[in-house]
Amino acid sequence: MIYLLIAFPLFMAAATFLWPSDRTRPWLLPIGGLGQLAVVLGAMSLTMHGAVLTGLSDWLRLDALGRLILGFVSVLFFLCSLYAPGYLALRADRPNRLFCGNLFLVQGLMSLVMVSHHLGLMWVAMEGTTLASASSLYFNHNARSLEATWKYLLIGSVGIALALLGSFFLAYAALKAGLESTLLFDALVREAPRLSPPWLHAGFVLLFVGYGTKMGLAPMHTWKPDAYGEAPGIVGTLLAGGVTSCAFLAILRMYHICVAAGEADFAREIFVATGLLSMAVGAVFMVRQRDLKRLLAYSSVEHMGILVLGIGLGGAATYGALLHLINNGLTKAVLFLSAGNIHRAYGSKMTSDVRGALKRVPLSGALFLAGFLAITGSPPFAPFVSEFTILSAAIRDGHFVVGGLFLLLLGVVFVGMGATVLGVVQGEPPDPPPGAPVLRDSVATGAPIVLCLALVLLLGLYVPRPLVTLVREAAAFLETAP
Amino acid sequence: MHALLDALVIAILALNLYALGVSRIRAVINAVALQGVLLGGLLFLVHATLDVRGALLVIATLVIKGVVIPAFLVHAMREAEIQHEVTPFVSFMSSMLLGAVGTGLAVGFAHTLPLAEPHTNALLVPASFATVWTGFLLLITRKKAIMQVLGYLLLENGIFLFGLLLLEAMPFMVEIGVLLDLFTGVFVMGIIIHHISREFSSISTENLAELKE
Repeated sequence: MIYLLIAFPLFMAAATFLWPSDRTRPWLLPIGGLGQLAVVLGAMSLTMHGAVLTGLSDWLRLDALGRLILGFVSVLFFLCSLYAPGYLALRADRPNRLFCGNLFLVQGLMSLVMVSHHLGLMWVAMEGTTLASASSLYFNHNARSLEATWKYLLIGSVGIALALLGSFFLAYAALKAGLESTLLFDALVREAPRLSPPWLHAGFVLLFVGYGTKMGLAPMHTWKPDAYGEAPGIVGTLLAGGVTSCAFLAILRMYHICVAAGEADFAREIFVATGLLSMAVGAVFMVRQRDLKRLLAYSSVEHMGILVLGIGLGGAATYGALLHLINNGLTKAVLFLSAGNIHRAYGSKMTSDVRGALKRVPLSGALFLAGFLAITGSPPFAPFVSEFTILSAAIRDGHFVVGGLFLLLLGVVFVGMGATVLGVVQGEPPDPPPGAPVLRDSVATGAPIVLCLALVLLLGLYVPRPLVTLVREAAAFLETAP
Repeated sequence: MHALLDALVIAILALNLYALGVSRIRAVINAVALQGVLLGGLLFLVHATLDVRGALLVIATLVIKGVVIPAFLVHAMREAEIQHEVTPFVSFMSSMLLGAVGTGLAVGFAHTLPLAEPHTNALLVPASFATVWTGFLLLITRKKAIMQVLGYLLLENGIFLFGLLLLEAMPFMVEIGVLLDLFTGVFVMGIIIHHISREFSSISTENLAELKE
C-alpha cells in the first residue's frame, strides 16, 4: 500500500509524458489527482484503524505527522488539478507535456518526502522536487521567468546541499556517541538522548537553514518573490502549499529528534526568532507592493514564519500551527489561482495596470478579495481560527512579548496587503487594448477556486471531528519522545 | 594506505586553490573533473571490504563526477561560446588568498571539534570544510552562470568528503540517489544556461537583475 502512494503519481507522470495530444493531456491531471486522493485517503483510513504502513525495511512509514500533511497536499493537488484544464486551454499556444508531467512527478516526490523515515532518502526526494518543479517555473519562456528559474534552482540546490551536510552531522552525532552512524529517523529518535550535543546542535542549524531555504523563511527567502512572481498561479499554489509543507515536515523531523534528545528549548528559541523575523520581512515588503504575485509570495514568507513560530511556542500552539498549515495552503490556492485569472484578464500583474477587477472579472475579483480577508485572519475564515489558537496559546503560556509582536505584525500585514488588494479590485477598469481578446470569468477557471474558498469558509466555521483527531494525533506524535 | 589517503586529500585541496585562481572556465572544469576522480579514489580507499555495491558506487562516482558532468559542462560552455570569467566580483588573486585563509582556518577549526576517536587526526574533516568554503567563494564571487554551477559542484564535493566518514549511514540506494540528483541538477542548470545564453547572448548573471523590489 505504501508503495502505491508514490508509484501512482509516478505512473501518472509517465502516462502524461507519453500522452500524444496537447489538447486532451490536461484532463489527465484531474483524473490522476482524484486517483491519488483516493489512494491517500485509503491509506489514511487504514492507519487510523490501527494498521501500520511500512516499506523498504522501515525506511518508509506513514506516521501521524506525514499522514496529516500528505492528506492535505493530496487535497490541494486535486483542487489545483481541477483548475488546470481551464487554465491550460487558455494557454493553448504553449506545449504542456513537460508542465503536466512534472506536476505529477513533483506530487510523487512529495509523497516520498512525507513517508521517508530515512533522512538521506528524504533529502534525495526533496532535492528531486526542486529539480522537477524548476521547469514548470519556466513555463512562460521569457527573460523574467528565466531569471526566476535560475535563482530558484541555484539557491534551492545550495540550500538543500547544506541540509545534506546537516544530515551528515546528525549521523556523526551518533558515531561520536559510540553508536553506529545512521540516518534512520526511528533509530535517531530512539537514541536521541545519547547523541553528541555539539554535533546535534550544528546539524540542527544546518538542516534548519537548508530546508528553511526551501520553505522560504527569512532571511533565506530571497528566491521566493521571484519564483512565485513569475510562476503560473497553479505552480505558485503547489509550491506555496505543497513543497513548502514538505520542507516544513523535514524541519519537524529534525525538531522531533531534538525533542527526544531533551534539546527542545534550543530548537524553539531559533523557531520563535526566525518566525517573527519572517513575519516582519513579509510585512515590510507587502506594504506598497506593486506586483500582485510578489505580494502573495511575501504573504507566504509571513505565513511560513507563523508556522515555525507556532511550533516554537509549543503546547496548544503546535496544534494551531499544524492546522494553519492546512488553512494557509487552501487560502493560498484561492489567492494564487484568482490572481492568475486577473493576470490573464489584464495581461499584467502590476497595480499600475490592474484596477477595477470586480467589474472586469467579477468572480475572480471577488474571490481575490475574499482570499485577502481570509489570509489576513479575518473571521469567519479558517486562518482566523488557527492564528487565534496560536495567539491564545502564546498569551496563556505567558509569552506576552511574542504574542504582542505577533498581533502587531498581523496588523501591519492587514493594512499593507489591504491597500494593494483594494486598489486592484476597486475603481474603474482601464480600457482593454483594442483588438486583444478580453478574458472573462468562466466556469472552468472559476468553479475550482469557489470550491477552495468554500473549504476555507467551512474550516473557519467548523473543524470536522476527523480532522481534529488527525491534527491532535500529529501534534501529540511530534511532542513526545518514544 | 593512510599516506596515500592523505596525499589524495592534499591534491583535492590544491585543486580548490587552482580553481579559485584561474579565469579559463575550461581549466576550472578540468579541476573539478580531476577532483571527482580523486573522490572516487578516496571512496575506494575508505571501503574496508569492497563488495559489489561498493565497487558499483566507486564506479558511479568516478563516471558521474569525473566524466559525465564535466563533459556536459564543456558542451554547455561551447554552446554558449564562452571561455573566460573576465571580471569576477573579487579578483582571482584575492579569491585564491581567501581560499587559502579559509583552508587554514578549517584546519584549525577541525582541531577544536569533538571528533570521534578514529578521526582526530584525519585530514578529511578540514578538507571537507575547506572545499565547502571554496564552493561558496566561487558561487558568490563569479558572474558567469557556468562558474556558479562549478561552485555548486565544489560545495557538493566538500559534503561528499564529510560523507566518507559515515559509510554505514548512507546506504547504496541513497548514495546513488544523491549522485542522480546531482547529475539531474547540473543537467537542468545546463538547460537553463542554454536558454540564458540564447535570451541575452551572454551567460553573465548580471543580466539576471530585473526582478527586485
